[in-house]
Amino acid sequence: MTASGGIVDVLSWIAIVGGSAFLVIGAVGLIRFPEFWSRLHAISVLDSAGVLLLLLGMGLQGGLSLVTVKLVILGLFLLITGPTATHAVANAAFVSGLRPPIRSEDRAAVAATAAAATREPPASDGGPASGPSG
Amino acid sequence: MFVAAALAIGVAMVLTFIRLCTGPTLYDRVAAVNAFGTETVLLIGVIGFLTGRPDFLDIALLYALINFVGTIAVLKFFRYRALGDPVMTRTPDATPDARKNAVEAAAVAGAGSRPS
Repeated sequence: MTASGGIVDVLSWIAIVGGSAFLVIGAVGLIRFPEFWSRLHAISVLDSAGVLLLLLGMGLQGGLSLVTVKLVILGLFLLITGPTATHAVANAAFVSGLRPPIRSEDRAAVAATAAAATREPPASDGGPASGPSG
Repeated sequence: MFVAAALAIGVAMVLTFIRLCTGPTLYDRVAAVNAFGTETVLLIGVIGFLTGRPDFLDIALLYALINFVGTIAVLKFFRYRALGDPVMTRTPDATPDARKNAVEAAAVAGAGSRPS
């Protein structure tokens, strides 16, 4: 809180304003994106960049004390559990049968790729050692 | 400046709450609840700094723990329709069906990118 920390003050304000901007951007994406699988990307922006920048700004503002230790613990915990929770939500949605929508002009190409992928394993029985190494 | 951060977090919470209320699918709502909890953790920390009492970070840490466990518990309940062990909590006559469902869910989860 002393006047000698001018640069630290400026850095912390930049981090806090950037984190707030990322939070609002992620929330707007959560509103504006058309379907579930793209909304997960907006949530990941909010979970990683917004949280880390805001915690960094608060840590720079709080100085080197027990507050910083708590902020580091909170940041590590959110950094681990945020992607884990997002993965759990996506996995539960996938298991329940929700699939990403495919554009109608891409549907034929995706179907051909899937058919080629399912036809691939029985066709590769010619060379057992040299097949999957590529 | 912490006031601006708190206002931005408030705006983000309002937008997330709109998605939470209007989410078409169940998983939109679960993801929105998770994001709302993350924003609440940040808001508690910012309010702690705003009022000059950074001890609020303990509450924020506790809220982050509860948020994660709650999200995982809700997802587990929606997949297995039970919060305990998915096989043992069923009634005896429904046990084979529950075991079959659990095995199928595990197989689908392990298959990953298999085309439907």
